[in-house]
Amino acid sequence: MNGYAGNILRVNLTRRTHRIEPLDSDLARDFIGGRGFVAKLLWDEVPPGADPLGPDNKIIISPGPLTGTFLPGAGKLEWGAKSPATGGYGDSNIGGHIAPEVKYAGFDAIIIEGQASEPVYLYINDFDIELRSASHLWGQGALRTEAMLKEELGEKYQICTIGPAGENKVLFACISHDFGRQAGRTGIAAVMGSKNLKAMAVHGTKTIPVADPAASLEIGKQMFAACFNKPGFVEWTPQGTAGVTDWVNEVGAFPTRNFTSGFFPKYKNINGEALISRIKVTDKACYACPIPCGKYSRVRKPQYDVHVEGPEYETIALIGGNTEIDNIEDVAYANYIQDEFGLDSISGGNVVGFAMECFEKGIIRSEDIGGRTLNFGSVEDFVWLSEEIAYRRGIGNILADGVKKASLAFGGGSERFAIQVKGLEWSGYEARHAPAMMLSYMTADVGAHHNRSWAITFDVATGRDKLEGKAKRVTELQHIRPLFDMLCLCRLQWVELGFELDWYPKIFQAVTGQARTWDDLLAFSERVWNLTRCYSLREIPGFGRSADYPPARFMEEPIPDGPTAGKYMPRKVIDRLLDEYYAIRGWDQKGIPTSTQLCKVGIDFAEATIAPLRV
Amino acid sequence: MRLKTESRLCSGCKVCLTICALSHFGENNPKKGALRVEGKFPTPGIFEVHVCNQCGACARVCPVEAIQKQDEAFVLDRAACIACMACVDECPFGVLIVHPSEPAPIKCDNCGECVRYCPRDAILDGDGLVHRVGK
Repeated sequence: MNGYAGNILRVNLTRRTHRIEPLDSDLARDFIGGRGFVAKLLWDEVPPGADPLGPDNKIIISPGPLTGTFLPGAGKLEWGAKSPATGGYGDSNIGGHIAPEVKYAGFDAIIIEGQASEPVYLYINDFDIELRSASHLWGQGALRTEAMLKEELGEKYQICTIGPAGENKVLFACISHDFGRQAGRTGIAAVMGSKNLKAMAVHGTKTIPVADPAASLEIGKQMFAACFNKPGFVEWTPQGTAGVTDWVNEVGAFPTRNFTSGFFPKYKNINGEALISRIKVTDKACYACPIPCGKYSRVRKPQYDVHVEGPEYETIALIGGNTEIDNIEDVAYANYIQDEFGLDSISGGNVVGFAMECFEKGIIRSEDIGGRTLNFGSVEDFVWLSEEIAYRRGIGNILADGVKKASLAFGGGSERFAIQVKGLEWSGYEARHAPAMMLSYMTADVGAHHNRSWAITFDVATGRDKLEGKAKRVTELQHIRPLFDMLCLCRLQWVELGFELDWYPKIFQAVTGQARTWDDLLAFSERVWNLTRCYSLREIPGFGRSADYPPARFMEEPIPDGPTAGKYMPRKVIDRLLDEYYAIRGWDQKGIPTSTQLCKVGIDFAEATIAPLRV
Repeated sequence: MRLKTESRLCSGCKVCLTICALSHFGENNPKKGALRVEGKFPTPGIFEVHVCNQCGACARVCPVEAIQKQDEAFVLDRAACIACMACVDECPFGVLIVHPSEPAPIKCDNCGECVRYCPRDAILDGDGLVHRVGK
């Protein structure tokens, strides 16, 4: 099959065996790749009710049909598992160079099953596959582990690792790659830790079959040339994602002080300009990317001297504004600490901010933490708590389960300011005056993550008090953006350069030989969106509408200061947004897809599971 | 055209390798590109680009004279090559590339596609005749 390597690698850690299976052509035709494969394989293969941290859960790793071919941004890899953070559907994607390497090694998916009896890493050199001992790597940091494996195997290997947080099954542990790229969300690194799987090292030499190599080369050249000609190619690239920090503050949507406010007065000390003028060493790109958002940096103070990729925008928001660390050097250092421990810096910054507010309110007392402090603005406190969490020590053991579970343990009304949806911590946009962005977070299939629908610019452009049209736009974005995760391409060329979407069907046809319009491809994405909803409905008792609400803070507390002062989003507005969204989606008012909808999107196989939930 | 590099500008995207292989072999496989991008991480955190400057050291050691100068480039006649790999060992830049599915090593023919499509202008024409597209 053109565009596909043609094989699936199945690894069983319990039995220490592996098998190379032919790619199922029906799976490829109906679910395309990447996130589509993750969703379908989790549905089919992970037994209902499986413990996310037990041997029955599986890790699915999949590039897409365009990954590793010649077009801008063709370097994403999707990771998925039943999420230990939410108990439902979980995925997260990673850039760098691992995705094409998996394809060159000959695989469209890797399925990891079972549980190893001792630490191992998965070694892949084309079809030479081994589970090797990782006893010398266990306990090492995520970045350090990658350096050790590069030393051991050679620079040409592409490597994914977990740090101590993954080993200790912290529910927001991240998978690390390429010294600074992470699959951070939904806790898949904790699943790796539960399986005693420390790392994966991949090298491949094979050619990806392409339907029309001449057309692929020609269209690829046109796509690169089109990117080079966009104003954003020279204007956006220097600062990368960090460049948006100023704008987000100016519109009052910057997470500040555990999402108390949407404006951080010291933002110019942690913005993109501070990053590139004070600490950046090298622009660092993922495979085939013309607009490197990675800013590899070095920070030196008397207390530390470290290299770290970033911080990118999300880290600036969640570590910077949200814990009020007010200089780019300390933000980068805190970023390094969480990267090395293997903590997702989105959830990581959110959790630390939550703990700081608990301390401020007396819900966490000084005597609970050995007589020390936990203050907003303190990088020392941030680093200390990150370590406690990574090793599940003391209060860190509670916080390692994320803010939703921690707030239930702490009580004292802390669930009101546990900023999460479905158990996944909220990422970098405060949305009390941005209804489309609020709805995006409420309804993202994995929990409060921005990457399914980044709608804040739409709110600002179309009116932030206006509700009409918001649910429709969120639904559209929830098909467009996850489609990139099925093709396993980066979306930033489209988002940041305004790169035209109609390029993608052209290159899709040249590579796969399949003639599809963009709307055809979006229909596949809608299919997967419904399937991931069904997955969480199947796995989480009582899942549905009640899982789609934001925390009470956003529905009841006005923003105290900044450009959005006084704004909040009352529950009746939230309910109206949800009513409209479900109607557009063909879901009932409990948030469950109707039988008609499941047939329409081609997943009627889920009907028998979902039907009993509708009564 | 003489290839030269500005490694400090390289972002490690490897577009150069992919376009090189696709242009010369019709294959989507950057492992068949006739140059190298070397990442030096976690420290000092830079990339080094290694390209052929047509120095001809490979031609001088080829026992069957399969590498001949054509205009400005030393070009490998892949049919004449006996795969002794003497040129690979001799190359001062390590850019005669060995690939398991190719009997002959892979050598740069100075076509300039890497210059035209390097997004960061890290590979340049020292003579200033070939530029990135759109520049």
